[in-house]
Amino acid sequence: MKFTANKIGRKIPEELFEKKLIPFQGKGKGPYKVRKYAPKIRMRRPGEQKILSSIREAIKAGELTDGGTISFHHHFRNGDFLLNMVCHEIAAMGLKDIRLVPSSIQGVHKEILPYLEKGIITEINCGTSSVIADAISHGKMERLLTIRSHGGRARSIENGDVEIDIAFIAAPTVDPYGNINGVRGKNACGSLGYAFPDAHFANYVVAVTNDLVPFPNNPISISQDHVDAVVKTDKPIGDPKGIVSTTLRITRDPKNLKIAHDCVEVIKASGLLKEGFSYQSGAGGTALATTNFLRDYMKSKNIKGSFGMGGATEALVRMLEDGLFEAILDVQTFDTYAVQSLLNNPRHIEIGASQYANPQTSGCAVNLLDTIILGGTEVDLNFNVNTSTESDGRIQWGMGGHQDTAEGAKLTIIAIPLLRGRIPIVVDNVVSVNTPGENVDVVVTERGIAVNPESAFYDTLLKAKHLNIKTIEELKRIAEDLAGGPPNQPKTTDRIVAIIEYRDGSVLDVIYQVAD
Amino acid sequence: MKKEPFKEKDDRLRRTRLYIPGNHPAMIQNAEIYGADSLIFDLEDSIPLTEKDTARILVRNAIQALNFGRSEVTVRINGINTPFLEKDLEAIVPTKPDGLLLPKAETEEDILFLHERITELEKKHGLPVGKIRIMPIIETALGVVNVEKIVAAPRIAAVGIGGEDLTADIGAIRTPDGRELEYISSKIIVACAAYHIQAIDTVFADINDQEGLFQATKRAISRGFQGKSVIHPSQIEVVHRAFMPSEEEIEKAKRIVKAYRESLKKGLGAVSVDGRMIDLPVVMRAERILKRAKAWKK
Repeated sequence: MKFTANKIGRKIPEELFEKKLIPFQGKGKGPYKVRKYAPKIRMRRPGEQKILSSIREAIKAGELTDGGTISFHHHFRNGDFLLNMVCHEIAAMGLKDIRLVPSSIQGVHKEILPYLEKGIITEINCGTSSVIADAISHGKMERLLTIRSHGGRARSIENGDVEIDIAFIAAPTVDPYGNINGVRGKNACGSLGYAFPDAHFANYVVAVTNDLVPFPNNPISISQDHVDAVVKTDKPIGDPKGIVSTTLRITRDPKNLKIAHDCVEVIKASGLLKEGFSYQSGAGGTALATTNFLRDYMKSKNIKGSFGMGGATEALVRMLEDGLFEAILDVQTFDTYAVQSLLNNPRHIEIGASQYANPQTSGCAVNLLDTIILGGTEVDLNFNVNTSTESDGRIQWGMGGHQDTAEGAKLTIIAIPLLRGRIPIVVDNVVSVNTPGENVDVVVTERGIAVNPESAFYDTLLKAKHLNIKTIEELKRIAEDLAGGPPNQPKTTDRIVAIIEYRDGSVLDVIYQVAD
Repeated sequence: MKKEPFKEKDDRLRRTRLYIPGNHPAMIQNAEIYGADSLIFDLEDSIPLTEKDTARILVRNAIQALNFGRSEVTVRINGINTPFLEKDLEAIVPTKPDGLLLPKAETEEDILFLHERITELEKKHGLPVGKIRIMPIIETALGVVNVEKIVAAPRIAAVGIGGEDLTADIGAIRTPDGRELEYISSKIIVACAAYHIQAIDTVFADINDQEGLFQATKRAISRGFQGKSVIHPSQIEVVHRAFMPSEEEIEKAKRIVKAYRESLKKGLGAVSVDGRMIDLPVVMRAERILKRAKAWKK
């Protein structure tokens, strides 16, 4: 196999599974295609019905064959049952060599593990976690895992890098003609943003629901002109408790509270926290704490921002309700409070994945962010961030909108503890790269803040004497002093099991099978 | 006047003293980042009998290996009449902590015994004699009765109160506003003030009640306590906020200190601010206010 080094020095094969790979050349490059993909034209004539009696009937109607591609959204998160249901049906029908393109795979999807091992599912395109990720790390899937960001996934569907044969959309509510929303029904999940590219560009679209409502459904997130079939089933397509949380918890860990507090201090020192400020929040404990600290500060100083972007949570919605933002743009909704806000507040706006983060559009929302606070499993001396693999080389996570927001935002902050257990998080070279260092401005840990010398905010932040500024090398040294040394290098074979794409379609890195 | 090595005034800020169980490596490792003015690595009440050795070794190694930043490093050793005291002293004194907390301190003799033992160990290990402070915790009625002699003993830097044990010892019942400890607190505060020693209030046990902690700390401050013991890092910011002087207090303190310093330069005998005569205790209180304001900004 021939390899070429990409811009960040990672060795990328020229070809894998008969597909030529483009090595990452830096942000802002591409596009590598000229036109968007065009799905098949489908027609429904007057009087024709869309209701089908079963998922099996939908699979047949969509003409899925061996080697086909199916997609799902992950707005039901760890309460999703639909992906498993469809895969069981595909297996029962004797189909094989299927490519799965969900927007994420969660722990609840461990039921499909046997299908990887049997060659029924041979390729997955998305971030994965838990049992499936572990299986792929150990070489149990025949072909590649391709890890994409949310924006990268939208791009790949819209430009035809991924052609979807059937898009299955878990629909909290849908009417008999296919108008879907995510804000009503017992499986309400809020925004259905990740399903928009699937609905608009797949060759056949099936809405599957427990809640069939009278026509016309209202509001409409995904409209009838994109939906070919509707399946109403009594088998639950989701578990409400796993879909949204009734209360997300702010961290009480003093270490993470310190990190959250320092993130806000960095934002203040940057000069960006003023009228018109825009911000994206996450839903983890530290992210919620940061959002709350920001809210208190903005209220105390009477700062009115332009927009907040979610992961929409109660914390972010309360900022909207306090008048601290003009609007929230919501591509994913995390708790019941935010779902109700999306339903009732006209300033809480649902957006699709492409509008959110696809770089190959006439302008995506991440381009307008002032600041984003992100996590990671590791950071290296070049500020490259790993979000997918642990220090032992196992795939454990996807990357969500990490890459997209890191490139789009003016100020990108990586907020991470310096140690996890006894493992240093700042290392010489991360095991695999999800976000290149050129898009990272600051790393905030509980023991110090490192500013990327290439950052536009370098001089400004170094002048802020109250910040505990250290070099990234110093942070690494502190971590290693506490842990007793750097983490062990992962033991891997020479078989590539996954590639990490950059959002433009080029390849940032590859992941090797772990050696037991 | 010749400085006595064991009686040097100690005006270090101790708004918060955070208890950290000595058998909890993660908390010990993260102690530096919590921002407490003072850290208490505990070998006593939070450590089961079967882990006394473990905690002692862990704390010893941690003090030697880790950097705790600006926080004072102290260790609550086991009590005078326990079989663990001697091993605690032999392990911990050589690490040069800033201070040792003596639980259930009851008599001047307790302190003198400890003082002599520390001195022997300092000399044995070639350490400067007298640097390690003693911080008694008054937890019994006898300790309250003897506090005036205790605070006069060598090395004393701060005196704490063990509210739960004290309440039980005097047969009282704990109340939300702590009225059962009012007399005791005042007695200890007055004794400490007479010797320019800090009195530290007892812990607030409900870590979920931050408003209650804030109010309890405000009451403690108004009584004359210089600090509060805390049992969870989440309590630190609340207590520090309670100690934060108001803008008005800060401005007045600045004027007092400025007027005092000018009077010293000019050799003036008396100084007044806002029409009131200012004497040394008022100036010291003003300096304390400015110190707390500066610490909050950090």
